[in-house]
Amino acid sequence: MARIELKDVKKRYGSVEVLRDVNLDIEDGEFIVLVGPSGCGKSTLLRMIAGLEPITGGDFLIDGKRMNDVRPRDRDIAMVFQSYALYPHMDVARNMGFSMEIRKDPAAERASRVKKAAETLGLTALTERLPKALSGGQRQRVAMGRAIIRDPRAFLFDEPLSNLDAALRVEMRLEIARLHQKLGATMIYVTHDQVEALTLADRIVVLNGGDIQQVGSPLELYERPANKFVAQFIGSPTMNIVPVTGGDGEVKTADGSVIKLPHLPDCGAAVELGIRPEHIDVVDPSEGDLIGVADVVEHLGSDTNIFTVVEGLGPLMVRKHGNIPAKSGDRLGLRIQPENAHIFGPDGRALRRVLEKVG
Amino acid sequence: MEGKAVISRKQNNVMPGETRARRSLYWQYMVEPFLYLSPAIVLIGLVMMIPLVIGISYSFQSIELLNPFNTGWVGFENYIDLWADRKFWIALENTFWWTFWSIAFQFSLGLGLALLLNTDFFGKKLFQALVFLPWAVPTFLSALTWAWLFNPVIGPLPHWLTALGILSEPYNIMGDPDLAMWGPIVANIWFGVPFFAITLLAALQSIPGELYEAAEIDGASAWQSFTKITLPFLAPMIAITVMLRTIWIANFADLIFVMTGGGPANSTQILSSYVFTTAFRKLDFGYASAIAVALLAILLVYAVFVLWLRKKLVKI
Amino acid sequence: MTHSPKPVLAVGKYAALLAYLSFALFPLYWLLKIAVTPDQLIYTEGTNLWPSEFTFDNFRSVVFQTDFLSYFGNSLYVSLGTAAVTTLVAAGAGYAFSRFNFAGKRLLIAVMLITQMFPLLMIIAPIYKIIAGLGMLNSLTSLIVVYTAFNVPFATFLMQSFFDGIPKDLEEAAMMDGCSRFQALYKVIFPLTLPGLGATLGFVFTAAWSELLFALMLISKNEAMTFPVGLLTFVSKFSVDWGQMMAAGVLALVPSCLFFIFIQRYLVQGLTSGAVKG
Repeated sequence: MARIELKDVKKRYGSVEVLRDVNLDIEDGEFIVLVGPSGCGKSTLLRMIAGLEPITGGDFLIDGKRMNDVRPRDRDIAMVFQSYALYPHMDVARNMGFSMEIRKDPAAERASRVKKAAETLGLTALTERLPKALSGGQRQRVAMGRAIIRDPRAFLFDEPLSNLDAALRVEMRLEIARLHQKLGATMIYVTHDQVEALTLADRIVVLNGGDIQQVGSPLELYERPANKFVAQFIGSPTMNIVPVTGGDGEVKTADGSVIKLPHLPDCGAAVELGIRPEHIDVVDPSEGDLIGVADVVEHLGSDTNIFTVVEGLGPLMVRKHGNIPAKSGDRLGLRIQPENAHIFGPDGRALRRVLEKVG
Repeated sequence: MEGKAVISRKQNNVMPGETRARRSLYWQYMVEPFLYLSPAIVLIGLVMMIPLVIGISYSFQSIELLNPFNTGWVGFENYIDLWADRKFWIALENTFWWTFWSIAFQFSLGLGLALLLNTDFFGKKLFQALVFLPWAVPTFLSALTWAWLFNPVIGPLPHWLTALGILSEPYNIMGDPDLAMWGPIVANIWFGVPFFAITLLAALQSIPGELYEAAEIDGASAWQSFTKITLPFLAPMIAITVMLRTIWIANFADLIFVMTGGGPANSTQILSSYVFTTAFRKLDFGYASAIAVALLAILLVYAVFVLWLRKKLVKI
Repeated sequence: MTHSPKPVLAVGKYAALLAYLSFALFPLYWLLKIAVTPDQLIYTEGTNLWPSEFTFDNFRSVVFQTDFLSYFGNSLYVSLGTAAVTTLVAAGAGYAFSRFNFAGKRLLIAVMLITQMFPLLMIIAPIYKIIAGLGMLNSLTSLIVVYTAFNVPFATFLMQSFFDGIPKDLEEAAMMDGCSRFQALYKVIFPLTLPGLGATLGFVFTAAWSELLFALMLISKNEAMTFPVGLLTFVSKFSVDWGQMMAAGVLALVPSCLFFIFIQRYLVQGLTSGAVKG
């Protein structure tokens, strides 16, 4: 069990800055997900925690002890790789017990731990197989078995599910969640998939371009994104963001339509309005803030996605629960839920907090 | 919790640990590769690079082991002798023809073989192992065997050529200054075809099959598929292979040394065999080194020319 | 390309296959033929495709009445030694090229490529003088050192391609599992590279087995001669006994052919790995 602290951690390759001054405290037993687009530095950060990449600057501490210069083998951290990295020439049992073999733990203890891990993961029948004789999901389980057998201080996962098909991914996601509940260990999980992030994490760290954008619980990120990047990265379908002119308690679109946002203080001229598709109501054309013309309508059964075009504003996506009897070409009244609207300033930062004070 | 994990961008205050980190793990990351590399570096340095420099310096000295008192720096004397040496110019011309014909035949026969091996036929694996076999034959053995085959008394080739009407009588081809070079060239072709076939086969197999299917749907004939898809795809591989192989063949003296020793009347002497005979028989290291430096210079000019040509032609 | 070809094309294809096959095998057949032809028939039946009598006398006499065994042993010693040392050195260097990014990597690779291109004969004189100065002429050890240096660059590129084929994740996983880098190399990477090591051994063995010119320069004592040098002296020393010479040749072919069969499937991989050398 471990508390992990990153203080002003930096990473440079030559003159290229990959990570800038990362500050993060991870509590004992917490499940942290690092999420961001490819190239944002999330995998590099994970590998620095693992000790596979040297840390350029700053301090990295486990349980208060500085670990920058400690070799990976001495950090007592287990890692599950994207490629699983199973040793092809060893059978499942030996793959799982390899770390104990290296530490020269007694064979009997090793065997019993392997057996227990195999039971936990449903691999008992497969322990004598070589990795090449396993399916993708089974390999994934072995990789996890290899990690849990050591009872490490922390687990690292580097996009562990990205090589699985959709159905297996859901299953393994649940498995990982269950594992975390059972072991209660500190886990750091890297993914580019926001669904994995939202479902697994205690807290999510959103990274972009080498900077931490926001740290918070899944709901916080969904409800109170700190900036435009987080707002658009978290949540599916993506949040609508349209340019508006700010005013006192309202914003105006380019062609003069007024959207009442009573909580909003005077926020300057050029701002952007962010609204999630599920936070737009479809009303009678005479009642809405805006009039949208339905372009494409997708009936998903449980939900209806309506892609509308609003004059003077551009495309706006609407998602409603259940089946809405709309079709292409319909004129729809759209009402923005004021309590769920976000306003982003010219620098991309959310002005949301000011809004909440009133609410 | 959220309070602690703020997105702070502190000033660039250097943490106390930074220098230490650089010294330990960083130091280790810098030094570790050289632990694995050092034997190779030492060997190549001592046995190849230093002798290379010494070799160049020899070309400005007089070093004849048979004439030990006549040793010392002589400036460009070796090169002046070289310029006036008729044998050098003959060897230069021979090098050109030796390399040109060897490459031309090795390449075209190798391409043909690669195309054949890229199709399916019965017993392909065995066939492939057998046609590649010449490559495994030690050079001196190929040389001896081909010398035997060309022998007018006991070898079959002159007799067959006579029977086909190519020769008027079964005489010694390798004793005829006009034809002698063909002996080593044929042996070289025999030895070198597998190399080209293997390289080109690898390149052929990397061409995606869908391209041919698409071409077929578009109505291309087999010949059009070959010229419009196969050749352009192979071109980069061909260019680099031919260039490296040219240099290698120009340096390749073993076959000639064993089969003809450069004779008759220097008609098969190429620059590299001339280097070797000068060093080995006359023990005149200074002059041998001067010839070698000249060869190196020619090859360098050639390589630069080919690379320039490639840059001009490849416009992607 | 899979539809049934026209019969003319099929005949042409098999004719071409046959032509290639006979071109490749005929000289080897001839070598074997002369080796089993009795001496007195070599001249009279010189051009017959098939000897009228077989004999293994040539093999017997070459093994028991000449220095053949000594040459063979020397060559075996030099070639195996070279192959072993080269593979070890090249495995280290190839591993470094495959796994590390470090200052001077491009320069080192460039130098190694250059050593594949300049005329090796260029350094024959300096090498001779250096080795003579060390009093190491006629020593098989000096041959091993020289051959090792010649073969290390190519073998390094070859080994690098094999290491490149092994995911880096594997040794990182091993290091997370508690291995030092060397342990990871030894426990995880090494068992997976065995075929690559074998192929490199084979390549280098064959190259060392057939090297002639440097051996000719550095070895002059009969008891230290390698096979190619010894075989050439057959020509000059005795009245040329062609049958014996060809029998010796056939025997010399055996080890390289054995290795060749073994390394065949790695040829393509080796040759496409950036370094191209015969």
